[in-house]
Amino acid sequence: MRTLAHDPGYALLLTLQHVEIVGIAVLVALLVGIPTGIGIVRLRWLEAPVVNTASVLYTVPSLALFAVLIPFTGLGPEPAVVALILYSLLVIIRNTIAGIDSVDPAMVDAARGMGMTAAQRLVLVELPLGLPVIVAGVRLAVVSGIGIATIAAYVGAGGLGILIFDGIRTLNPDRVVAGALATSALALLADWGLLRLEKVLNRERRRPVEAGMA
Amino acid sequence: MTDALAFIGYIRDHPDQFRQLFLQHLELTGVSVAVGLAIALPLAVLASRVEALAKPMGWISGVGQTIPSLAILALVLPWLGIGFVPALVALTVRAILPIFLNAYIGIRDADAAVIDAARGMGASDAQRLFLVEIPLASPVIFAGVQTALVQSVGTATLAAFIGGGGLGDLILQGLALVDLPVLLAGAIPVALLAMAADLLMGGLRRFLVPAGLQVRSA
Repeated sequence: MRTLAHDPGYALLLTLQHVEIVGIAVLVALLVGIPTGIGIVRLRWLEAPVVNTASVLYTVPSLALFAVLIPFTGLGPEPAVVALILYSLLVIIRNTIAGIDSVDPAMVDAARGMGMTAAQRLVLVELPLGLPVIVAGVRLAVVSGIGIATIAAYVGAGGLGILIFDGIRTLNPDRVVAGALATSALALLADWGLLRLEKVLNRERRRPVEAGMA
Repeated sequence: MTDALAFIGYIRDHPDQFRQLFLQHLELTGVSVAVGLAIALPLAVLASRVEALAKPMGWISGVGQTIPSLAILALVLPWLGIGFVPALVALTVRAILPIFLNAYIGIRDADAAVIDAARGMGASDAQRLFLVEIPLASPVIFAGVQTALVQSVGTATLAAFIGGGGLGDLILQGLALVDLPVLLAGAIPVALLAMAADLLMGGLRRFLVPAGLQVRSA
């Protein structure tokens, strides 16, 4: 632990690199995955081919995926970001579909009865009410992304995995443990934060319904 | 990418090395999941019986699931050193978590009315567990084993980082030498192995789980 305690600037730099890789990948996956999920809810026959393709990609081990991507992307953060986008797409698409499906049809009917267009129903009713499930998908993507990004340090992506690999290379158990604890702490923190967000959103979602029933 | 299939040539030219690493990979995966199942299932039964334990055990496995695989391998290193056995220990720890969580939830959520009926028919505690609760929970337990197996195929590639062998060795060798065929000779079989494990477990589940309990795969 001495290495980190003595050089907080370096630890911070690695943490930021780690967060950046995961953040960019999940953001791109959201920008692609949410519209894809919405499209699938409208065109149901697309569900099996899209979700199955994403599931097959999801089973590919990360080190193997980096290895296959390197001829196209080169070393550095790029293979990590591309791999994380591919992995995150499955959970984001699946949870977007599940989120919209979870919305009470009576709500959607009510919105239709109030004269909302399909676009208004989507943006004002279905997406806000499905949001907790989508956020649950983001949480899964972020937590597994932090784990996978750790491995990506081996292919030059930077991030906290560097501590683990440096520690292994130099036979320095302190450094290995520091890296392991730092990545675990980052994953636990992200999990906790996004779980809180999920709970808050769920409460918001239930409130008007409960009030109406009282 | 003209030599995209050159990895097949590499495997053909080095059959003994490939066979050894492939078998090592299977061993790491199979043993870790088998031992993981042997540890996780009794723990899940225990958690379902002793309510005071359920919460802390669920919490520990939740935290454990969140910890990156590489971090678990790294944490084993100062304690057990490098090699096959430390890698196997780390993989087993990783395999326990999804199996435990699924088995516990499956047993906990087994239909109370069915368990009551078994009790009414005079079934003993052990009979209830083995003849009613575990069969009822079997689809969920199976899903946990499936997750653990596919995950273990992937995590076993990381064993190479701590000298544990397996197909990850070829990937690391390929990366170190910037030798694409060697790298793909590790990466492509691992990817295929993960998909095969997923398909195999899906098929086994359809075959082994009682017909009335089939659920759609998670």
